[in-house]
Amino acid sequence: MTFRKYLVLAGITVFSTLGDSLLARGMKDLGGASLHNISALLLAVLNPFVTAGIILLIAFFASYMSALSWADLTYVLPATSLSYVLVAVIARIRFHEEISPTRWLGIALISAGVGFVAAGPSSTTHHERESVPEREEVHS
Amino acid sequence: MNNAYAWGAIALITLAATTGDVLLAYSMKRVGHVGELWESRGLLAVVKRILATPTFFLGVLAMAVAFYSLLFGLSWGNLSLVVPASASLTFVANALAARIFLHERVGRRRWLAAICVAAGVALMAM
Repeated sequence: MTFRKYLVLAGITVFSTLGDSLLARGMKDLGGASLHNISALLLAVLNPFVTAGIILLIAFFASYMSALSWADLTYVLPATSLSYVLVAVIARIRFHEEISPTRWLGIALISAGVGFVAAGPSSTTHHERESVPEREEVHS
Repeated sequence: MNNAYAWGAIALITLAATTGDVLLAYSMKRVGHVGELWESRGLLAVVKRILATPTFFLGVLAMAVAFYSLLFGLSWGNLSLVVPASASLTFVANALAARIFLHERVGRRRWLAAICVAAGVALMAM
């Protein structure tokens, strides 16, 4: 794993968290929009929070696809689950929400899971284009 | 009765999301290392190669199905049940599907990670 690959994984985590938060923040401005009110949903794109959220979610999808091109699905998914922890941390700092003992336990379990995969190899499949898992070490 | 609908939605979301993730992972493995491809042939070549992979679009379609099932699930069931239950189950289902369809070696370490994260996500919602 090179530093750049860790950056891509960090990007997945941060972009998805911020994108979701911005989208949620923007949709609150609109009030109770529903599927019956399609025009309101289409106009939601004009809200600056919603626009920023969509841009970040596109960045998330691009980094997710990039990570899947060189790492296993069972590596990428747990490695980026820190986003759940990030949401709790943002809620704690930004909105001063209390973190209950159950949630602390959840944070500990997710972090342990991330540690388990991060300590192992990122790719276990032998593919024509990437025969040796740690080939990138020679490259950079 | 309402609960049965909620769990039906959870099953549908989990199935669709897992199908989507597996198809996208499969497509990107076929495309090849995006970073290297970008450096050697440019961004346009990367985009072209992704757009030439039919399973990529199936994956996106499955993700869209998962998203709309989530919307419907939320109208039937509780937000605090549907979101964490489907997210949590998707981690475990993905580990199973990646092993079967993508031939990833899901050893003890990966299983432990998937189960820890699934349990953690469920706890975060309580």
